[in-house]
Amino acid sequence: MKTKQLLKYLRIDRWPTVWCPGCGNGIILKAFLEAVDQLKLKKDRIAVVSGIGCSSRATGYLDFNTMHTLHGRAIAFATGVKLARPEFKVIVMGGDGDLASIGGNHFIHACRRNIDLTVIVFNNMIYGMTGGQYSPTTPEEEYASTAPYGHIEKPFDIVKLALSAGATYVARATVYHYNLLVRYIKEAIEHKGVSVVDVISNCHTYFGRYNGMPEPYQMLEYFKTNSVTLQKAQTMSEEELEGKIVIGQFRKEEKPCYMDCYRELQKKAQGR
Amino acid sequence: MMNIDLKKSKAVTGAEAVANAMRQIEPHVVAAYPITPQTPIVEYFAKFVADGVVRTEMIPVESEHSAMSAVVGAAAAGARAMTATSANGLALMHEIVYIAASSRLPIVMPVVNRALSGPINIHCDHSDAMAERDSGWIQLFAETNQEAYDLTILAIRLAEHEDVRLPVMVNLDGFILSHGVEPVEFLPDEVVKEFVGKPKRVYPLLDTENPVTYGPLDLYDYYFEHKRQQVEAMEHAKKLFPKVAEEFEKISGRKYDFVEPYKLDDAEYVMVALGSTNSTIKYVVDWMREEGFKVGALKIWMFRPFPKEKIQYYLNGRKAVVVLDRSASFGAEAPLYEAIKSALYEATIRPRIGSYVYGLGGRDIVPEHIRKAFMDAIEGNLLVDEQRYLGLRE
Ligand SMILES: Cc1ncc(C[n+]2csc(CCOP(=O)(O)OP(=O)(O)O)c2C)c(N)n1
Ligand code: SF4
Repeated sequence: MKTKQLLKYLRIDRWPTVWCPGCGNGIILKAFLEAVDQLKLKKDRIAVVSGIGCSSRATGYLDFNTMHTLHGRAIAFATGVKLARPEFKVIVMGGDGDLASIGGNHFIHACRRNIDLTVIVFNNMIYGMTGGQYSPTTPEEEYASTAPYGHIEKPFDIVKLALSAGATYVARATVYHYNLLVRYIKEAIEHKGVSVVDVISNCHTYFGRYNGMPEPYQMLEYFKTNSVTLQKAQTMSEEELEGKIVIGQFRKEEKPCYMDCYRELQKKAQGR
Repeated sequence: MMNIDLKKSKAVTGAEAVANAMRQIEPHVVAAYPITPQTPIVEYFAKFVADGVVRTEMIPVESEHSAMSAVVGAAAAGARAMTATSANGLALMHEIVYIAASSRLPIVMPVVNRALSGPINIHCDHSDAMAERDSGWIQLFAETNQEAYDLTILAIRLAEHEDVRLPVMVNLDGFILSHGVEPVEFLPDEVVKEFVGKPKRVYPLLDTENPVTYGPLDLYDYYFEHKRQQVEAMEHAKKLFPKVAEEFEKISGRKYDFVEPYKLDDAEYVMVALGSTNSTIKYVVDWMREEGFKVGALKIWMFRPFPKEKIQYYLNGRKAVVVLDRSASFGAEAPLYEAIKSALYEATIRPRIGSYVYGLGGRDIVPEHIRKAFMDAIEGNLLVDEQRYLGLRE
């Protein structure tokens, strides 16, 4: 889709963005806008809530109802927005640091509660904004400013985390797989209940430079060669899957979401 | 003003200066989470750890809440533990900041002052430190990178003194000091090591012969008495600070006190402030003195415990006092102004007094602003009940 057609969703007066040229954040943002456009959603019925980080700056550029909140707290704020305006499509955007370390608690509880939110994780495997410290998704043995000799901690797999915490829509794509990304974001927004899209993205400025891929194309190349589809992954052994990015739709199921249960309970309690 | 021997000094940022103080202190444990403008302190320190220059156990935790918690745990176990933060990081630590003080754990924490959100702002003001003003921590404020370095070292001794046992925040202005380069005279490593000594273990958790518990339920039976002891500990800090400062002077030749008077001998108009703005104030004092105005400055090094007596000593009988605050207290007087005004209630000859809020969210303060505030005082144009603003669009 032509970028021009999507400009109407952006606050162009806030340009240029703070993002480094070639940052994956731009790709994710475009994929999101394309999904919104395809779904023909009304601009004023969408609320986008973000935390703090490079990725979270997205809310500054989006011409929807937006809220740029605190580091790690976007999901909690978004929960409030959803409760007050259940008819809104409420989307949360944030980095892997924001959503999985400092805000990890809110993430698992939103999944458990199955509240109707769409969480888009801009997963660049590092803290971009503060200068390349390792995050909870930095793979073992990779380098970061806080891991000059290689990372020794085990990373979270955002997809597995979401699945085990009870999320009802879970998918993963990388910024290389643009069309897939649009599709997953679209499905996620349409889905009733909590939906999580883990988007593997490039922070070439930090993750890339620390790990021998300083140019955006090198990271995209890396995503291309190292991604395997879920279908294929199911035929592979654990060793074969080592270091691979499994992309696909991992779960899509209808379950009563929080707002439905809440209304049900209200009715019961009031004897209606 | 501190005399720094340029030949013996190195040009470093405030962050590098503080990180080097931490290197020389070599705490057993450092737990931290990155936040602008604190980040470079921890980055420098992490490099010392990675290069094996220090033997510190360093934990890059998943939030400031965890950073302060880890440091409290380490300190309770008898370790010397440090962290550093800014703004929202400090705010996220808030509940444990109180735990540290009430558990009497002598943690030293550089705070690189930054405006608290919202709206989001990464630049300097003192709203972060002021939010912790009543938490029971000793709060020191540095004017220069040299002071940030010195106060970090000095703070260890003050915090760990047996009669004090309180945590200390060493405040340095975000970006202005943390990222600004100034000459700093470093002390030799061994001198610092000897000065800070080995930490005394006071009721450590891991003393299996004498098991203790930290933080048990303390209701209306003893909570009040424990709070009274914290009040007492602050009094002790006030008593002991001059002694610690004297010992620091012996090793460094640099003299610290609760406050620093600048050209006060015959000054009729005095400006009071915290942090790096004092350098600009001193510049303006020199400039206005050349024109014959009897102006001077009083820098506050220690904000908590508040050195009321010293303030009375220096301000009693002046014609006017202008207080500059880099934070506001919405619906009440600005914090430093309120404290100074309250101290002057007991003065025998009360000066006229005026309140100026400046520099919120990193808004620049320039000599002309300071001159303007001085001129208000000189022209008899101060209103005790009016909060004014420097450098604000209205
Ligand atoms: C309470 C608090 N602690 C720390 C910070 C500093 N901080 C801002 S963004 C960030 C991490 C950014 O990493 P991530 O969330 O992965 O987003 P990215 O920048 O990579 O998009 C940190 C630590 C903050 N703003 N608030
Ligand atoms: S630092 Fe990394 S995440 Fe941030 S804008 Fe640059 S490339 Fe993107």
